[in-house]
Amino acid sequence: MGNRNRNVGIVGVGQTVYSSHREDVSQPELCNEAVQAALRDAGLGIDDVDCVVHGNMELFELVHQPDCWHTLGTGAYGKEALRVTTGGTTGATLACVADNLVASGLHEVVLAVGFEKLGEGHTTGGITNMADPLWGRKLQTGALSGAAAQEMIAEFGAERAERVSMLYRILMDQHAMRNPHAHRRLGLRFEQLEELRRTSPVLVGDLRMIHMCSQSDGACAVIFASEERIRKLGRSAAWVRDHITVHREETFTLFGDEPIETTQRYAARKLFARNGIRDPRREIDVFEMYDPSSWWGVEWLRDFLLLAADEHLRMVEQREIAIDGSFPVNPSGGVIASNPIGATALVRVAEAANQVRKAAGQHQVPRHVRQAMASGFGGTFWTVLMLLTEEPPS
Amino acid sequence: MERRIAICAVAQSKVLRSNTTQRVQGMGWEIVESLLQQTGLDFAEEGGIGTAISVSDDVYDARTISDNAMSDVLGAHFRCEEKVAQDGAQAVYYAVAAILSGHTDLVLLVGHCKESQAASRNQVTHLSFDPFYTRPLGLDGLTAAALQAQAYLARSDVTEQHLAQVVVRARALAQRNPTMPETEPVTAEQVQRSPLLADPLRSLHCHPVSDAAVGLVLASAERARALTQTPVWITGVGNCMGGFYLGERDLGSSPTLATALGRALRRAGIAQAAGAFDLLELSDPYAHQLPLWVESLGLCPAGHGGAWIADGGPDRQQVNLSGGTLAGCPLLLGGLFRVAEATLQLKGEAGAHQAPNARSALAHGVMGPAGQLHSVVLLARD
Repeated sequence: MGNRNRNVGIVGVGQTVYSSHREDVSQPELCNEAVQAALRDAGLGIDDVDCVVHGNMELFELVHQPDCWHTLGTGAYGKEALRVTTGGTTGATLACVADNLVASGLHEVVLAVGFEKLGEGHTTGGITNMADPLWGRKLQTGALSGAAAQEMIAEFGAERAERVSMLYRILMDQHAMRNPHAHRRLGLRFEQLEELRRTSPVLVGDLRMIHMCSQSDGACAVIFASEERIRKLGRSAAWVRDHITVHREETFTLFGDEPIETTQRYAARKLFARNGIRDPRREIDVFEMYDPSSWWGVEWLRDFLLLAADEHLRMVEQREIAIDGSFPVNPSGGVIASNPIGATALVRVAEAANQVRKAAGQHQVPRHVRQAMASGFGGTFWTVLMLLTEEPPS
Repeated sequence: MERRIAICAVAQSKVLRSNTTQRVQGMGWEIVESLLQQTGLDFAEEGGIGTAISVSDDVYDARTISDNAMSDVLGAHFRCEEKVAQDGAQAVYYAVAAILSGHTDLVLLVGHCKESQAASRNQVTHLSFDPFYTRPLGLDGLTAAALQAQAYLARSDVTEQHLAQVVVRARALAQRNPTMPETEPVTAEQVQRSPLLADPLRSLHCHPVSDAAVGLVLASAERARALTQTPVWITGVGNCMGGFYLGERDLGSSPTLATALGRALRRAGIAQAAGAFDLLELSDPYAHQLPLWVESLGLCPAGHGGAWIADGGPDRQQVNLSGGTLAGCPLLLGGLFRVAEATLQLKGEAGAHQAPNARSALAHGVMGPAGQLHSVVLLARD
């Protein structure tokens, strides 16, 4: 981003444990767990925060304008406050908005809080409700789609496509096993690959339950601060280099059957071009991808990394995406392991920031992270991408 | 603020009790078409509108990700769209930040809401209360406002007669505002005889159920010159989130609004509000809130809102010449309509309700039970 008004860095990250039912805490209490952890991580108190940006998808819990109630937990009382929601990308939008708020000069320290308690609602019912009431709502499958599986099988054959998808799934689970916050830590082994292909229950078409992301309760808080403030604090930061948001029309069929460029590829192409990134697999050291299923995870490697032919399959087959591989993807276990939807895309930014800050603990990638990328997915194939760097942009 | 941000164009739909002929997409598209026509902008990949900010509400729209319906309407096919799910003035606050950050120099901002789609507006606002302590009491936006009115009337010199005067004035002014064709004028007697909804609030004390859309084009100072001859400058923005539990707040005053104003004034480099603004556009969904907010802004002596009304304060200080939220406006868009109206006044395009020689204005938005969050936008023309 050529015209950035001033540099902004991430100085604190807080995550709750993600689980199917956090019945031990109310919604504000859940937010508060993440906020307290982020403040501790940043060495700041709530009085140091100028503005709180809140986001989730309110039809999941059916609380109207939940930031009002959640103020009890987010600490927004008496501060400036903003609420932004963009579906699954909400968390990534929170990060972009928090960056903009600090970069604008209006604020020194902004706290972004993403939240969801899917255990208090009906996830697929909630997502189904996003479809147009006249044209799309009768589909009733929400985010459960077998289309990516169908396309990959059509292109590469069932045997190879299914094996790659399951291998991706097992790799992600092995990552999740290292992450104490992750929801689903199943302990899957590579020997189970063939068995899982047969036995995991079918959801839609070739999408099986084991391929699909979880529905989780959880909150994530990330603290963004100005370069001046970070220097004063004397703490390490993950610097926001750039971000891009790419939406698209909602019907999928406006242009008939003509294949159009995906938002994933468009966003990556634009972001890389304006930041001079020619070889993303070499220049980006770790990628936290919003991977709602192991089919999409594989497919989007091709789009995000601007790959051709079957390079994305080979990256998985050769385990390049493993935590110790040449291009680690989702060392946290990703969305397949943990998915509190309003927080999920912020978790990607938080995990990418922790990798840059060498704060990822047991799932820190064993390499020097100079640059990390995080993605968000939501709406009708919307994409948000954020680049974080070890050094502040010059 | 380091730099001023320009509002280059404004578009408002008519405010209808129930718009049965248009879906929200159609309402939004009318706004977008008007804004494109006024500015000559398009959605070209280079130089066109690349950032849209929408305002809508999932519960009112009964639709998860309500902006999903609006993304392509706002030209965000392969462009950026971000939704602010709060009072529309908050979207202006964010648009200012987005432009100041350097990430974009141009924002298309469009809000929509069809309150008529809900079986009951109170049922919607009821859901903003927590399910443990306050929702079981049956609280909603109306009853919270009524508790506030009780507290304020007890604290101040404001009486039911003053409230009736506020309503009569708002609806009389709306007769000159072409966006409110369905707002009928009323007499004080009609107000005081209208059905009692939640003591002391009667139906005519409350903003009517409204469907509408409204939009702005905002730009950096450099970009604005090519888009309009009459930019209106945002000189300051500020907001403040108050406490959630009504029992923890002093409902008879609003220190939250005072804090929001203080932040906006500081950013605008204005020492004090008194005398600084030629006109005010305040979000007053309930009649008692007009004097309450004016007191909280320090623009009339605390506790003397009644005398301020009786002495012609609203006309003298040119408050809500549009009729205000009370005359008709979806609550969600209250602050955005107020910014739009203040902008038209400063552009000299307010038509029959144009104020003479207006150079500076304060616009205000409010959200949450009895005004938990307040947002202030300060505007000026060259």
